[in-house]
Amino acid sequence: MSDVELIARDGDRVGRKDPECPLAIDGLTVSYGDKPAVFSVDTRFGKGRMVAIVGPNGAGKSTLMKAVLGIVPKLAGRALFFGEPFESVRSRVAYVPQRASVDWDFPVRVIDVVLMGLYRSLGIFGMTSKKDIAKAHACLERVGMADFARRQIGQLSGGQQQRVFLARALAQDADLYLLDEPLAGVDAATERAIMSVLKDLKSEGRTVVCVHHDLATVRSYFDDVLLINVRKIADGPVASAFNDRNLQQTYGGRLGATHIAELQQPAG
Amino acid sequence: MTEFVSALLLQSGYNAALVAIGSALLGLAAGGTGTFVFLRKRALISDAAAHSTLPGIGLAFIIMVALGGDGRNLFGLIAGSALSAIVGLLVVDWITKSTRLPEDAAIGAVLSVFFGFGVVLLTVIQVMSAGKQAGLEGYLLGSTAGMLFQEAATIALVGAISAGALLLLHRRMIVVAFDPQYAETMGFSVRATDLMTMGLVLLVTVIGLKVVGLILIVALLIIPPVTARFWTNRVDRLVTIAAVSGGLAAYIGAALSAAYPKVPTGAIIVLVSFVMFAISFLLAPERGVVGSLLRHLRFQHRVHRRQGLLELARGETIYDRMTLRVLQRAGYLRGDGVATLAGRAAAAQELKNEARWEIARRRNIEFADAARFDGLSQIDTVLTADEIAEIDAELSRQIGAVS
Ligand SMILES: Nc1ncnc2c1ncn2[C@@H]1O[C@H](COP(=O)(O)OP(=O)(O)OP(=O)(O)O)[C@@H](O)[C@H]1O
Ligand SMILES: [Mg+2]
Repeated sequence: MSDVELIARDGDRVGRKDPECPLAIDGLTVSYGDKPAVFSVDTRFGKGRMVAIVGPNGAGKSTLMKAVLGIVPKLAGRALFFGEPFESVRSRVAYVPQRASVDWDFPVRVIDVVLMGLYRSLGIFGMTSKKDIAKAHACLERVGMADFARRQIGQLSGGQQQRVFLARALAQDADLYLLDEPLAGVDAATERAIMSVLKDLKSEGRTVVCVHHDLATVRSYFDDVLLINVRKIADGPVASAFNDRNLQQTYGGRLGATHIAELQQPAG
Repeated sequence: MTEFVSALLLQSGYNAALVAIGSALLGLAAGGTGTFVFLRKRALISDAAAHSTLPGIGLAFIIMVALGGDGRNLFGLIAGSALSAIVGLLVVDWITKSTRLPEDAAIGAVLSVFFGFGVVLLTVIQVMSAGKQAGLEGYLLGSTAGMLFQEAATIALVGAISAGALLLLHRRMIVVAFDPQYAETMGFSVRATDLMTMGLVLLVTVIGLKVVGLILIVALLIIPPVTARFWTNRVDRLVTIAAVSGGLAAYIGAALSAAYPKVPTGAIIVLVSFVMFAISFLLAPERGVVGSLLRHLRFQHRVHRRQGLLELARGETIYDRMTLRVLQRAGYLRGDGVATLAGRAAAAQELKNEARWEIARRRNIEFADAARFDGLSQIDTVLTADEIAEIDAELSRQIGAVS
């Protein structure tokens, strides 16, 4: 019996249902084929926290997010959002995919993309009201993209597109935000704009979980961290879990000692 | 020709009017449904479904004859074609899932094998009903010659059903086509949505068999949205334009078919939709070829005009041929390359605008849309009069400071 099958048998451990906990993951295993991409991960994200998921390329960070959201099937384990399975609390969870897997030539304008965040709350024929459009505009305003509302989505730069997908998530008015590398490939101005939106979300008591690739900013941006490389290496407050032993273990030889020493300097 | 015009005006008698209206309704349903097929890039699988109907038609005919009924019973043939299309789709699905073959290979295999089998069945039927016309060939390329009221009514009913379904489902279909992973998190199952789309395609296909024929029905699904795409960047308008253009093409095609009854109706309808496509491709203002070309030329002209005037203002020699031509044609430059009075005035104005843009850019550096201050647009279309006045005030302060 392979490892994967073993975990499939006993991975379904029963965790406590906690309606306060935005996301509790127990024994989550996902595999494409018979090599696991995520293996037996348990973790809990706290309410009102900013959490970074950190790990090397191919560590299974995106897979973890997709599995808890039901985009890829779980082989074993479970994820509870606010103590409930995802299906019953969809409206409280918003997701921003990694460099969204979308058709860029699609005939939608920026404002239409943001309106998609509201589709679940539209009436039976899916007609949008003035109120919906005003709300979508407000979300674009928050990410500094109001002037682009009528552009076709493919005519934006990568960083601008990223802002639009954040605005779409904002329109959902969720309590938990799952973002897959929201800061990948954006310039300093966009990074500042996105981070200020995320900090606002946090100060409103919402929970923000980001897959994050820039180790240098983990300390300054986030409260908690989850280090994974297929398996969970460590999780908890950045101050304790984000140490060089754990980093070395996550990245293996790939992360030189000097690099880690640099990270030890508290970022400004 | 007069035949065509009177058919177009529904003046060619009861039967021709029935055909024209029935075809138009079919075109509407096909264009609307086809939009989502096009957006989800499922044209090929729809073609496979259409081709897979043929064995079902043949088998249904044989069975109905064997049971002593009329082999051409409409509902029997519709049921047979739908069933065999479903089998075809299931086989494609099974091949893709259980082998590592890519979907397009599976589609190619199923499409040709089912169609081949269907052709064999048709031949058998022809031998069977020796001499007596079975009249099934019409299902290949479409023939509206003898459309019955029953058939037109069926088309109208199914058209109404698919319009209603599209109204209910269009939001989830849009999200699934645009961003399937996100759709999944919204609770719009991609698989279920694709199934619903295919269901609508099947409906349109089986009612379209008689009019357009199974070989060409995919064209009536795909050409209208492709045509519509030239006219709009908004998906809700795309659906409407595609439905209308499909309806129009089928209507005109049916009328033409009344004038040329020997040519298969399906072929005529497809050619008419192609003409509409070609017109849109060339002339649509937003995305058409001519419009894009004109916009490009106009932009090029502005760039050269600005460049040339700035060079004039700075007293530099202009070498670029195109720039020279633009300035001469505007009357800013004489044939011998000397600036006219108007040219010098325009150059001074351009220099001033350039200084204004410079200040505007500096002031608005924080805005995401600083790219608007490109120096090529008319300054008073980008900035308000009071903004320009303010900039001019700063400009005169700067000049004062220099002198
Ligand atoms: N659709 C897929 N089919 C097969 N294997 C996949 C698929 N998606 C991901 N994988 C594999 O699963 C593993 C984890 O991928 P994942 O995308 O979750 O990594 P990641 O941590 O998000 O990496 P990155 O930092 O590059 O985004 C990788 O080894 C990858 O090759
Ligand atoms: Mg990833």
